[in-house]
Amino acid sequence: MPFIPHTESEIKEMLDAIGVDGIEDLFDEIPKHLRCGDLQVVPPALTEMDIARLMAARARQDGQPCCFIGAGAYDHHIPAAVWQIATRGEFYSAYTPYQAEASQGTLQLLYEFQSMMTALTAMDVSNASLYDGGSALAEAVLMAVRANRKSKSNRILVPRSLHPAYRRVVRNITHNQGVELVELPFDPQGGHTDLGALEPYSGQDIAALVIPQPNFFGVLEEASELCNWARDNGALSIAVVNPVAMSVLAPPGEWGEQGVDICCGEGQPLGAPLSSGGPYFGFLCCRKSLVRQMPGRIIGRTLDSEGSLGFTLTLQAREQHIRRSKATSNICTNQGLMVTAATIFLALLGSEGLSRVAAACHRNTDQLTGLLCRLPGVSPVFGRPFFHERVLTLPINVKDALRALAAHNILGGFDLSSDYPELGNALLVCATEKRTPEEMNAYVEKLERIISLQGGAPCQLKPEGW
Amino acid sequence: MSLIFEQTMPGRRAIAQAPLVREQLSGIPDALLRRRPAKLPEVSEMQAVRHYTRLSRKNFSIDTEFYPLGSCTMKYNPRGCNSLAMLPEFIARHPEAPISHSQGFMACMYELQEILREVTGMRAVSLSPAAGAQGEFAGVAMIRAYHDSRNDTGRNEILVPDAAHGTNPASAVMCGYRIREIPTGAEGDVDVEAMKAVLGPHTAGIMLTNPSTVGVFDRGIEVIAELVHDAGGLLYYDGANLNAILGKVRPGDMGFDVIHMNLHKTFSTPHGGGGPGAGPVGVSERLIPFLPIPMVAKNGDEYHWLSEADCPHSIGRLTAFAGNAGVLLRAYVYARMLGREGMRRVAEYSTLNANYMLKRMMESGFDAAFPNRRATHEFIITLRHQAKTLGVNTMDFAKRLLDYGFHAPTTYFPLLVPECLLIEPTETEDKATLDAFIGAMNQIQSEAENDPEVVKRAPHKLPVKRLDDVRAARDLDLAWVWPADS
Repeated sequence: MPFIPHTESEIKEMLDAIGVDGIEDLFDEIPKHLRCGDLQVVPPALTEMDIARLMAARARQDGQPCCFIGAGAYDHHIPAAVWQIATRGEFYSAYTPYQAEASQGTLQLLYEFQSMMTALTAMDVSNASLYDGGSALAEAVLMAVRANRKSKSNRILVPRSLHPAYRRVVRNITHNQGVELVELPFDPQGGHTDLGALEPYSGQDIAALVIPQPNFFGVLEEASELCNWARDNGALSIAVVNPVAMSVLAPPGEWGEQGVDICCGEGQPLGAPLSSGGPYFGFLCCRKSLVRQMPGRIIGRTLDSEGSLGFTLTLQAREQHIRRSKATSNICTNQGLMVTAATIFLALLGSEGLSRVAAACHRNTDQLTGLLCRLPGVSPVFGRPFFHERVLTLPINVKDALRALAAHNILGGFDLSSDYPELGNALLVCATEKRTPEEMNAYVEKLERIISLQGGAPCQLKPEGW
Repeated sequence: MSLIFEQTMPGRRAIAQAPLVREQLSGIPDALLRRRPAKLPEVSEMQAVRHYTRLSRKNFSIDTEFYPLGSCTMKYNPRGCNSLAMLPEFIARHPEAPISHSQGFMACMYELQEILREVTGMRAVSLSPAAGAQGEFAGVAMIRAYHDSRNDTGRNEILVPDAAHGTNPASAVMCGYRIREIPTGAEGDVDVEAMKAVLGPHTAGIMLTNPSTVGVFDRGIEVIAELVHDAGGLLYYDGANLNAILGKVRPGDMGFDVIHMNLHKTFSTPHGGGGPGAGPVGVSERLIPFLPIPMVAKNGDEYHWLSEADCPHSIGRLTAFAGNAGVLLRAYVYARMLGREGMRRVAEYSTLNANYMLKRMMESGFDAAFPNRRATHEFIITLRHQAKTLGVNTMDFAKRLLDYGFHAPTTYFPLLVPECLLIEPTETEDKATLDAFIGAMNQIQSEAENDPEVVKRAPHKLPVKRLDDVRAARDLDLAWVWPADS
């Protein structure tokens, strides 16, 4: 029997010990008429060899196209050691460290993770992870509403330059608690949130301002000015940042006069594979004074009964298993294994390695988009400084262009036309450190041919299996 | 053991892991750049590997110890599931990849939706919630969306039994509901009379776990379903204990309208030291329009995504992309390896193991919380007597178990049974392991009678002695601080 060790003689011994004739007798408290029959839809069992064959065929079907999509998930090199260690059974098959003395490995690692995240973001404290960047922002928004005692409103200012999926996730998670999200327009020339967009809200009761850096377009916001505006207007500031970018960009804890109050983001670039969108992890950092409003697991260092240092889950009075309906969040299981990978990743890369990765991504995107902008009708949409991702306008329909590129196994970027129709034929392009000059040249050549073939007419190319 | 930060030597690097040169950051003004490098560890590749390998050895885990943590289903996580979910093409797939390059992955997701639909008896399944608690949120949000869609807006209460997981009331509050707590009767079933007293026009629904967290099947489930439905409420099924009934009885057939599953429990994906999990939701007919997105649909031979435009009444997406896809792949592989018959065996052998342990422990003199009931896949022992007469409490037993090489069962949950241990052996443990655990409990009982201090000061053999939780919460030390001169 797959994964069940019982032999016939053991089963009999156990049934005899219980005093029943068969296993079926153990289900005699369930009304007979409720019992289900055979599960016809579920196929018969496969051996490991057979399922391996099936999965390999399906994986081959998807292939490994050359990826120039970023849009919140980035194709970085992951050192071999990261997942070889993270999938050691002792990490992989442990659970939430409820028994601290038997979980010092996970607990110390999580404490190290919290320390690395506070170093990267220049914040006081970090939790031990949330589900992903989008849901981490939703938790940050709820946290800000709870923590901003000066504000009586549940109004949150959210730039339109923030990741569109994050904006939806925040709305979906917070609207039942009466949170009001107010959209801030972006500057059509710069692609950033101009202070002028905040002017109508000066002096009003605002619970928090969200500040993405870089924003969804890859454009760099004037983060310090936005952070100062929030402080001057009694609103908390919530940074949404890319952790790799933090190795080279000013960290949220140093923005403006006093730094931001809360900082969150998507942890995927730190050692998590793209893997169709998950599992990733969200991170959440804040000022020390707000720590009791923070959701999720937090690890503390303490002493044992003989005075030696050790690690344990702490501030559990915030959490659902203690506070139930009065908890800061319903989160229980989070993304422990992804954080394990991220901690090993950060220890291997260090500050220097991470900043080299960041700079290489930026250089590649700069070069690629520079080459693409030499093609007829291709130009950058925004004039402001960017980091490792950039919006281009194409002379042809973006969907058609991407479809034609995909036929050549090139994923050319993220089509902005449905989320930002006001930008026209706009494409968000990212080239991480993994993209080679040959791959970038191939992209430019293919796009050139597609543009010249189409000349603005609808696409005639149809990739296989579309 | 020292922290990775304490092993730092300025200038040391794992040089093979990063680009060889540091490019100039062209076009970014100084004001937006970082002034001082972030202080991260500076160690060699081998130092990092050795440090985290050594740390791993300070963990108890399923791969190294019996881990009968009640309500968490700590069963063996097949290695094949991990290998196949990490095939290069799967881990390289970008979440925004076009469907032309996604048909293999999407086929797995579609089939997993179908398998979960069948084993739960629900009409449709969405895989997207990232964990059980997010599945709960999705489920309650759907209940709210359903009532709102009918302009039935006076329903502002969710009923939750006192034995429920803490996530249940916390999730309902996140959806804007008030909680009404329902007591548990003497035999472990929900107190139906008490439920009737609070049921009414304000009832949006009830959240139930069946088998419940007290380790018994609620025999009143059909009565509860009828009463709640008659009052206009919906029934929510917390799938934390699905392992106990897989292939035996289905939540959909019991009358539930919405359910979440914990794939990191029932479908054996790894717990990972606290996640990632996956919490798919299944619904009855009337809640289909509200399911969270994205979902996979099939048109002829082609799979495609259902998103906002296809599902205008959906409660929407709850993470930026498609949930914990890699976890879902592991669960899919596991489900295919179990197959139709294997599903049923999960319930059978987890139940056999739990009832065997319960019987043997009662024979040894331990008190069962519900001695007249069948155990499901888990059961509760109460050490109230030991705490009172010997001064040795449940936490002492739990810590001493660690010395004997067993992870402790769940302690002090559910809250309604004093000094309790919630024990869930799972189907993947053999009889000898169960016997050894019972032997250790007997040994600790004898220690508690003859030398209680040895139990009260436990653990003795672990990397640290009992930790000071009060100090941890009072003198907060949540991050390493570098010495001033570094």
